[in-house]
Amino acid sequence: MANAGRRAIAFPRLSPATPGVARPQPPPITRETVVPRTRSRRPAPRWRLADTAFRVTALGFALSVLAITGAIAVELFVQSAAARHAFGWSFLWTSVWDPVFSKFGALPFIYGTLATTAIALAIATPLGLGAAICLAELMPRRLGDGLTFLLELLVAVPSVVYGLMGVFVLVPLMRSIGAPVERLLGGIPLFSGPVYGIGLLTAGVLLAVMIVPYIIAVGREVLLAVPQAQRDGALALGATRWETVRQVVLPYARSGILGATFLALARALGETMAVTMVIGNRPEIAASLFAPAHTMAAVLANEFAEAASDVHLAALVEVALVLFGITLVVNAVARLLILGTRGTERARA
Amino acid sequence: MRRRSLRLIVVLTVAGVAFQAARAAVLVNGAGATFPYPIYSKWFDEFHKRNPDVQINYQSIGSGGGIRQVTDGTVDFGASDGPMTEEQLAATKVPILHLPTVLGAVVPTFNLAGVETLRFTPEILAGIFLGKVTRWDDAAIVQANPGVKLPAQAIVPVHRSDGSGTTYVFTDYLTKVSPEWASTAGKGTAVNWPVGIGGKGNEGVTGLVKQTPNTIGYVELVYAVQNKLPVCAVRNRSGRFVEASLDSITAAAASAASNMPADFRVSITDAAAADAYPIASFTWLLVPTRIKDAEKGRAMKDFLAWMLVDGQKLAPALQYAPLPEAVIGLERQALDRITVGAT
Repeated sequence: MANAGRRAIAFPRLSPATPGVARPQPPPITRETVVPRTRSRRPAPRWRLADTAFRVTALGFALSVLAITGAIAVELFVQSAAARHAFGWSFLWTSVWDPVFSKFGALPFIYGTLATTAIALAIATPLGLGAAICLAELMPRRLGDGLTFLLELLVAVPSVVYGLMGVFVLVPLMRSIGAPVERLLGGIPLFSGPVYGIGLLTAGVLLAVMIVPYIIAVGREVLLAVPQAQRDGALALGATRWETVRQVVLPYARSGILGATFLALARALGETMAVTMVIGNRPEIAASLFAPAHTMAAVLANEFAEAASDVHLAALVEVALVLFGITLVVNAVARLLILGTRGTERARA
Repeated sequence: MRRRSLRLIVVLTVAGVAFQAARAAVLVNGAGATFPYPIYSKWFDEFHKRNPDVQINYQSIGSGGGIRQVTDGTVDFGASDGPMTEEQLAATKVPILHLPTVLGAVVPTFNLAGVETLRFTPEILAGIFLGKVTRWDDAAIVQANPGVKLPAQAIVPVHRSDGSGTTYVFTDYLTKVSPEWASTAGKGTAVNWPVGIGGKGNEGVTGLVKQTPNTIGYVELVYAVQNKLPVCAVRNRSGRFVEASLDSITAAAASAASNMPADFRVSITDAAAADAYPIASFTWLLVPTRIKDAEKGRAMKDFLAWMLVDGQKLAPALQYAPLPEAVIGLERQALDRITVGAT
């Protein structure tokens, strides 16, 4: 508590503390406090021209993002016409994927993508959040900076390298761990064998390893952005370190942490190479976590180059369209959630 | 002084590039199969050394891509591990000639503790990949491998997850030897596998087989030899167990040469000859029979004629089986079917 004591001494300097108000507001920053009044506010005409040019250019860049997204959607929709006409909506809930007899249903791929992503998030979110709290709140700043630098290196590792690590390290590990688990709990469908080492769970764990650096790195930044006054206030009220983090820092940073999680989610949804190397590439929906599965991104990478028939090609494009749609929906939900948390914060403030 | 030398360098570079461009006057583009890529790139390189004014570019984008691009006319020739279907041929603007270039084979490979080599019958292979033969100590496997101690373990079949010519050859073979396979899975570069796990590429299948106990997979012979994988013998139609080798593959091709169709679209899996390896295949160049650009056309025909004689000698060193003499003779006649120039 020596540490907390030091902070408490510094506290009265920051703002007058009113008991019961957890979030003291700093004095409002106005134009006057930043720009002295004495200078003329009227900008010169040539600057106005530059302003317009800048605005138009920036608008162009912003619109180009929209244009690219729209072009992708239109192109996927047009190119998948043959498959959409042949299978209709049943494409989304049938499970046969047979290029020889031209029968295509995408359900196993949709399931595989969602299941691996869910597993990855279930593992990576608590792990990443815990690590971010440790880096931001508990460690000396210098040490935290060093470790964060290493984490950012992890983000830059190409996914095929993660895939190789998966094949040579994770797969044998999962096999040796999975075998006793299967012997013990094999009666439960979720853990039934055979255990190959590759499969849904392995892909999920590998994805978790890949996305956890995102959650930690972004999560730490968000936690560091929480004003020190917040912590000082809580500590001054007699809160422990744990209570400060749980009741003050985390609620304050909630929307940012959600953002970090959804950034990781987006990466997990689209990950291709590493997943295809460890998932077993079997388009089947099995109850067991140890069973091989397949994902949308993986089937695209696997079959696109050699798709001989037009329907096969169109079916693959339709898988891409579905993946695109799911990504859009997930991102929209993420936006809404973040907006929602901001809304409640504002309401409470 | 410095500036002048800089200018000199620029002039020389430009002249050099222009000279190069003038020398490589004819540029021929091709795309397609990945399996024969090593020998094709060797051929194009050697041919360029002999004919400095001809440059042949080849992109190994896959057989499906090769067929699509030659159909659209975006490349001068295509290449494929499986022959084009009637439907695909009907869609082309110019009739396409299939020209066999070399031969390859697909070999089963496995991972069983304490077992060095195995012998397979067509029934065993089809049974395993249909999910009917599920254990290594199955009576049929024991009978085919007298003296081999087979473990009482479940078989884990491994197949290619990506579309590939290797899968086409393997499933073409299974389709011929097993009516049940023909009706449930069929043949293609990608099929709906009844059982098993998928690995991407030859290296993916090899990785899974090497890492996972009790697996069986299939890879190209070239790949198996280079990586020293256990190679198995497969019983052919005449009842002999034959290991894949350059000789046993050429033997399979020779037995097919006697009744070669005029368009060379022939499958040589399950060949009848006594010493033929049964899971082998030609790989084809897809050449349009009318080439408008006279220079390109002549360069193509020169290359094809060279490939059929001198090029074949380069094949064994890269583990590709050369074409049998009879097939070479037929192909040299077929080259006359390619008309060059606007007629």
